[in-house]
Amino acid sequence: MIAGNANNAHRNESVALALLKSASAFFIVSIVVLLGYLTFEGTKLFTVDHKSIFEFLFSPTFSPDTGQVGAAPFILGSLFVTGFAIAVGGPFGLAVGVFFSELAPPRVAAAMKPAIEVLVGIPSVVYGWLGLTLLVPLIRNMTGSTGFGLLSAGIVLSLMILPTVISLAEDAMRVVPNSLREGSLALGATRWETISRVLVPAARSGLAVAVILGIARAIGEALAIQMVLGNSPTIPHGLLNAASALTSEIVMDMGGAIQGSVTQHALFSMALLLLLIAMSLIVLVKFVVRRAT
Amino acid sequence: MSRFRAIAALAAGALVLAPQVAYADTTITAAGSTALLPLVKSAAELYQNAHSDIHITVTGGGSNVGIAQVAARAVDLGDSDVIARNQPELVDHKVCVAGFSVLTHPGVGVKNLGKKQLQDIFAGKVTNWKQLGGADTKIVIINRPRTSGTRGVFVHTIMGGQALNESGLTEDATGTVIAAVKSTPGAISYAVFAGTKTSKDGHSSTLEGIAELSIDGVAPTEENVTTGKYPIWSYEHIYTHGPPNKDVSRFIAFIQSNSKLVHQLGYILTRDMKVTETDR
Repeated sequence: MIAGNANNAHRNESVALALLKSASAFFIVSIVVLLGYLTFEGTKLFTVDHKSIFEFLFSPTFSPDTGQVGAAPFILGSLFVTGFAIAVGGPFGLAVGVFFSELAPPRVAAAMKPAIEVLVGIPSVVYGWLGLTLLVPLIRNMTGSTGFGLLSAGIVLSLMILPTVISLAEDAMRVVPNSLREGSLALGATRWETISRVLVPAARSGLAVAVILGIARAIGEALAIQMVLGNSPTIPHGLLNAASALTSEIVMDMGGAIQGSVTQHALFSMALLLLLIAMSLIVLVKFVVRRAT
Repeated sequence: MSRFRAIAALAAGALVLAPQVAYADTTITAAGSTALLPLVKSAAELYQNAHSDIHITVTGGGSNVGIAQVAARAVDLGDSDVIARNQPELVDHKVCVAGFSVLTHPGVGVKNLGKKQLQDIFAGKVTNWKQLGGADTKIVIINRPRTSGTRGVFVHTIMGGQALNESGLTEDATGTVIAAVKSTPGAISYAVFAGTKTSKDGHSSTLEGIAELSIDGVAPTEENVTTGKYPIWSYEHIYTHGPPNKDVSRFIAFIQSNSKLVHQLGYILTRDMKVTETDR
């Protein structure tokens, strides 16, 4: 009886191990296949259609039907709205996260924590819809522009990444050992000195992760910004001008892109570029954090 | 372990059987032009009411989406305002003629424009309605994306080889164009009659909240399209990949022969045309 149980336990363990191993292997293989496929299709624009990388990156005219494949307007659009979201939503989110962790009355913090975690799950289409129905008319009435454009998309994205940044920043602050807080206060530091000189530096890498995931959510967002960006495939002259991003342009054009056409190759190249930009932004943030250590 | 196997077997069985259960009846799918969408959608409803064993799914996406999807055999019918070029495998079924209006926000104060003035607006050379005798309002061009057949027809019939200025907004369906023109002061765009007009007791009138422009003094009416006086119109095509099967062919014939529906929704019967596309 006892021997049978031990046998069973042993078998269960090896089954679990095999499951975990095969899941990891499956994950790694699928990521490699995905990257390989994207690289293969994404470079056809240059290898099969013989367009220059220089034109793709820097030309302002995107009209693949006539052979012009400049993606500069979309690259600028993506970088701008992501940069705006991080510049506005990043510091704000970190500040709120620090506040909830260190300064808010415990009861308020306990109530807000689950509320913010629920907000992380709001689908992007909801943000886009609210942007379209509330923000666009507001900006239109205030500025006399169409209301669609970089400003609207930047604000929508800033709001969208806030719950993610706040929630992760708060977690990062909470895992800082209490001994640091106590030690700092015992040395006579004020509350503000404790937070700014001791706790925030100690939580630095966790706070960086909060910003990185904010960036990741912002740069990959397609639907919400497509609804408020105006989708003009031109280089915008100002905050209030309509623009387009790599993501929203792929959404706009993918349905009509015939298999093997220049349009389809250009969209694949844009997807590949989006991946590279997202990866390098994340590496950059990690590098900056390590540098500051 | 055996219970796990039984569940797995059940799940696998369900996966294999489910599609067959769902597709015991005939399903026809259509995608493409949002200019032709109202007609195909209404016809599909009527046809399904009469034939309970046929299911028809209709979506938009734009003419080029319709052509790309039917070429890839992703749908049975590809709806388009423009001719599919260099695709010999596609069979063209002309269903009707559609007229297209140039529409504006009602506050622009201009009711009629010449073709040359339209070119200047859409090429971005004229930027304020004041320059055309209207209100002192900035012109906001609302374009359709490259996948749109409506855009193709407009460029072909009006722009005379000039490129569209795309610094304004882009809306990806007829319905969203009309909503955007309604809510944006100074807006101008182009859309199918079926989207810009409503029909009541056989009389069609411009939808509330937008204005339609006359072009060189010719109003955008069905009559002016049939006589060739009004320039922006095109044949509406439904494409199939090779010759259609019996069910698909019957549905296409149903659309083509339903003159009451075609007329009621603001389209024009092919037989009423007194000019052909080559006359333009």
